[in-house]
Amino acid sequence: MRSLVQIRDLVVEATTDSGRTIEIIKGVDLDIAEGEIVALIGESGSGKTTIAMTLMGYARAGCKIVGGSVVVDGVDMVALPEKGRAALRGATIAYVPQSAAAAFNPAIRIMDQVVEVVRIHGVMPIEEARAKAVSLFRALSLPNPDSIGDRYPHQVSGGQLQRLAAAMALIASPKVLIFDEPTTALDVTTQVEVLRAFKSVISANRIAGIYVSHDLAVVAQIADRIVVLRNGEVQETGTTADILARAQHPYTQQLLAAVAPHHGSRPETSATTAEALLEVHEVSVGYGPLRSDGRPAILAVENVSLRVARGRNLGIIGESGCGKSTLARAIAGILPPFAGGVVFDGRELGRSARSRSPDQLRQVQIVFQHADTALNPAQTVEDILGRPLTFYHGMARKPRSARIDQLLDMVKLPRSLRLRRPAELSGGQKQRVNFARALAADPKLIVCDEITSALDTVVAAAIIDLLKELQRELDLAYVFISHDLSMVEAICDDIVVMYRGRKIEQITPEAMARPEHPYTQLLLSSVPKLDPAWLDNLRQDPEQVREYCQH
Amino acid sequence: MTSAVTSTPRRPRFGYRINAVGVAGALIVLFWIVVAFAAPAIIPHPIGDIVDTDYFGPMSRELWLGSDYLGRDMTSRILMGARYTLGISVAAVIIAGVSGVTLGMIAAITGGAVDMVLSRFLDALNSIPSKLFSLVVVAAVGSSIPVLIVTMAVIYIPGAYRFARALAVNINTMDFVVVARIRGESLFYLIRAEILPNIIGPVMVDLGLRFVFIVLLLSGLSFLGLGVKPPYADWGALVRENIGGLPYAAPAVIVPSLAIASLTIAVNLLIDNLPTKIRDREAS
Amino acid sequence: MKHRIASLVLARLAIALVTAIIVSFAVFFATAMLPGDTATILLGQAATPEAVEGLRKAMHLDDPAIFRFLRWLAGVVHGDLGVSYANNMPVAKLIAGRLVNTLKLAGLTAVISVPLALTLGITAAMLRDTLYDRCLTIAIIGVVSVPEFMIATLAVLLFAVYLNWLPAVSFTSEIRTAYDFARAYAMPVVTLTVVISAQMIRMSRAAVIETLNTPYVEMALLKGASRGRLVLRHALPNALGPIVNAVALSLSYLLGGVIIVETVFNYPGIAKLMVDAVSTRDLPLIQSCAIIFCFGYLLLTTTADIIAILSNPRLR
Repeated sequence: MRSLVQIRDLVVEATTDSGRTIEIIKGVDLDIAEGEIVALIGESGSGKTTIAMTLMGYARAGCKIVGGSVVVDGVDMVALPEKGRAALRGATIAYVPQSAAAAFNPAIRIMDQVVEVVRIHGVMPIEEARAKAVSLFRALSLPNPDSIGDRYPHQVSGGQLQRLAAAMALIASPKVLIFDEPTTALDVTTQVEVLRAFKSVISANRIAGIYVSHDLAVVAQIADRIVVLRNGEVQETGTTADILARAQHPYTQQLLAAVAPHHGSRPETSATTAEALLEVHEVSVGYGPLRSDGRPAILAVENVSLRVARGRNLGIIGESGCGKSTLARAIAGILPPFAGGVVFDGRELGRSARSRSPDQLRQVQIVFQHADTALNPAQTVEDILGRPLTFYHGMARKPRSARIDQLLDMVKLPRSLRLRRPAELSGGQKQRVNFARALAADPKLIVCDEITSALDTVVAAAIIDLLKELQRELDLAYVFISHDLSMVEAICDDIVVMYRGRKIEQITPEAMARPEHPYTQLLLSSVPKLDPAWLDNLRQDPEQVREYCQH
Repeated sequence: MTSAVTSTPRRPRFGYRINAVGVAGALIVLFWIVVAFAAPAIIPHPIGDIVDTDYFGPMSRELWLGSDYLGRDMTSRILMGARYTLGISVAAVIIAGVSGVTLGMIAAITGGAVDMVLSRFLDALNSIPSKLFSLVVVAAVGSSIPVLIVTMAVIYIPGAYRFARALAVNINTMDFVVVARIRGESLFYLIRAEILPNIIGPVMVDLGLRFVFIVLLLSGLSFLGLGVKPPYADWGALVRENIGGLPYAAPAVIVPSLAIASLTIAVNLLIDNLPTKIRDREAS
Repeated sequence: MKHRIASLVLARLAIALVTAIIVSFAVFFATAMLPGDTATILLGQAATPEAVEGLRKAMHLDDPAIFRFLRWLAGVVHGDLGVSYANNMPVAKLIAGRLVNTLKLAGLTAVISVPLALTLGITAAMLRDTLYDRCLTIAIIGVVSVPEFMIATLAVLLFAVYLNWLPAVSFTSEIRTAYDFARAYAMPVVTLTVVISAQMIRMSRAAVIETLNTPYVEMALLKGASRGRLVLRHALPNALGPIVNAVALSLSYLLGGVIIVETVFNYPGIAKLMVDAVSTRDLPLIQSCAIIFCFGYLLLTTTADIIAILSNPRLR
């Protein structure tokens, strides 16, 4: 096999805010053969998207290709002038973006955007291109393939837009395709459909390309070879089967370990007999103006009841828009429910935070997903942790300072970080500070809203281990809100499955292999596994998929 | 990133990047501030004295900036004019800034009816063109210096309010404010510790721009003869009294205009080239 | 979707109406607060108390303020703007001719400055960080940082004093030929055009640059689109709302600009009328001029907002 793409000794520099240049890609070599899909795997900041972009001779603002060559189909994209690159973009090499919702121009009809490449490069008559687009829509199993192109992007769902973006990339039959995390923003049930569609067009057209992702399980379904990146350097390269089964590099092993399901040691007491700490009774929450019957215009949570025992963990899972985060906010008193009640430690809690006593507020803490927005950028770590100590416990300066050190120790952060501001911390460190602030209140219950979703897998796994350890020491109860099923499975005693604002089933991790409700079956079967044959062997009931995936 | 990255000692670096244009702007602003304070001590002639036998005299060794329509020394009149132009504008921008920004933050945090009423009322106030508003006020209550200050302040409160409110609404949706709120913190604490420190930078820049507008509006009013009244004279009034010298291109009409332009352009340059804090990608 | 657009537009119109009422109220009371008794001012210090009392009755000056406001508002709605204190002429009559003159000046300025400014603003965004763009940006900072009267005096210095092309500071009402017209209008129009174009260039440039930084423009670049296509096909349609907004806002600066320009060039427009009315404290005249200005301003800002709603592709 001739190699279609040859990257040799590629160096990309970025200019920092202080005007200093640093190398973000440090001499990378990469080959792609005809008809081969190569996956670039790595964490955020590993340079995987930057490398993929250089195939089009493109570097984002502030970055510059300074060395090496990127030969695509016999042409060095680095040496080519901008005009020459433009002539190849879209025609020879095409790009499928991470967020199709942002990459479609809101003011132009979908069909006009899909055939725009043809209009620019003049590779075929426009009528022919339209017909080809419709056949691509059909191949990507989009609904109403004949008329979907007449819509505007905002009138189409996210999963459909992602497939339309693939059609847009395929329209001029490019030789090389770049997939930039194309399913990361999608729910798992939608991801299955999109992956299937991608896989069928890739094999039908024998497309070569790069698949950028942080998700090994997804990549295992699509890629022929995997390249593991870290800090702009290649760590390991191998066929998909080799990497999954016989990873050599310790970093790759670490990545694999973080993805593999980890069943922790849970204390073996039956949840139903233990004393209830939190009881949610038929709670309904909504947004928007109240209608005449006293119910809000938009219902987010309907009639949900659940129970958390002292020192135990409850997971709440479901896809985006199922109401799980709204429920968390109702429990914390951020968004008052319009019906139902919350009982904590035997006492009815006020619906809104304002009607709860300081002590009640102290005992239930909430930790948010985005540590970036959960920490005040103007305050130091010391200020952030010190405020709840002063507010709830009225601590004076000295004991407060000692307690801050203790809290930093508990979340395994060096004490030297005390005077840093959030912008000077890494993502994982921020999330630890975020968690330490909740601990500062000495709570009995911590509601964790997607706390690991924004983190890289290795970092997320470390946070989960920390949470387990603290639970043993401090007798805490957690409510975990997540769409990440393996994480919930690893730490929770009970799992509530939500769909469209309703609780549809409550199961234990042990029972996750054989759920009763069809939606739970669909949801659990859609989680990608580290098995290259998983997608091909996956049998889902098309009836169920149609019923639960219309969004 | 693993924690290994942050434990490596970072090279000590100069914390701010300063730009030459910004420094020039700052120096000019500083110059006028010093002049405004020191004017009575440094003027070569008392401002009321007629020192030239001619009117609209040219620049000369004795009278650096020529003489005005009565033969008075322009240098002295410009230096003293700085007191009125700067003094009135600074007082007005402080009043407008403090009240507008405070109201904006309160509206953003409280929301609901308070926000509605405040926003509607101030938007309505904002839909009166500024020059027109000051004309009406001057017609009603005259143009003493306190009235001018209050009028300018009232005109620019809606803008400061709107700007601060928009920023505060963004901050208010951040999770750290939600956390503080459900901790049970008071309105005052939320404003002081959570909102204000995160909007103060852009707010100060906005107030700088508003200061420029106030200087321009005040000069315009004085130029129309409806602002600072004799015996006092700000720069706009100096242009007005000497407009008769325009056909001769007399320095008396050109120099006060240049003084205004130097101040406003300097503030603009300073704002566009503020020292930027250095945040390296590596640091995060 | 159609329904949603209609309700948004209606809501915006309702806000405009409420604002109009608050503004009229504010204008009326600001002028009604005037210290000194109107009847005494009108009749002079020598008038007998009986005469003053009689006039007060006739003018309903003793009624509560809210009634006077409503009566005045009813008059405004019917086109009855009251009688000028200064020369006993109906205000409506005084204003009519002057308003036409001001609209002529403003219209001429708009016709010249809008296409000029949009061309400059959009090309500056396309050629960002080139010499052309930098020079334009510096010129704009210069213009927006100096008072309007300085631009006007510079125009006089240049055209009348140094070049001697035009008469200095005088407006001839005798316009017979196109040459007369050009001579009369050149300086006021040039001054106003410079003042409002600076704002318009700045805002339209910013609007286009903002859309050029979006992911969908990057996507178009990665499809091989040319620079012209990126701007004309992808950025401009989405920047339309902000650009129209910029135009309307800049035109509302015209209102402030004409006050200075009409005074400097002695132009017989409504702004000059108002400035004179302020010097003579002619209340009904001030009120009416103020209301006309405010409503003009409100009309422009409301139009801008409605066009922004209509041009939002997400609402189509």
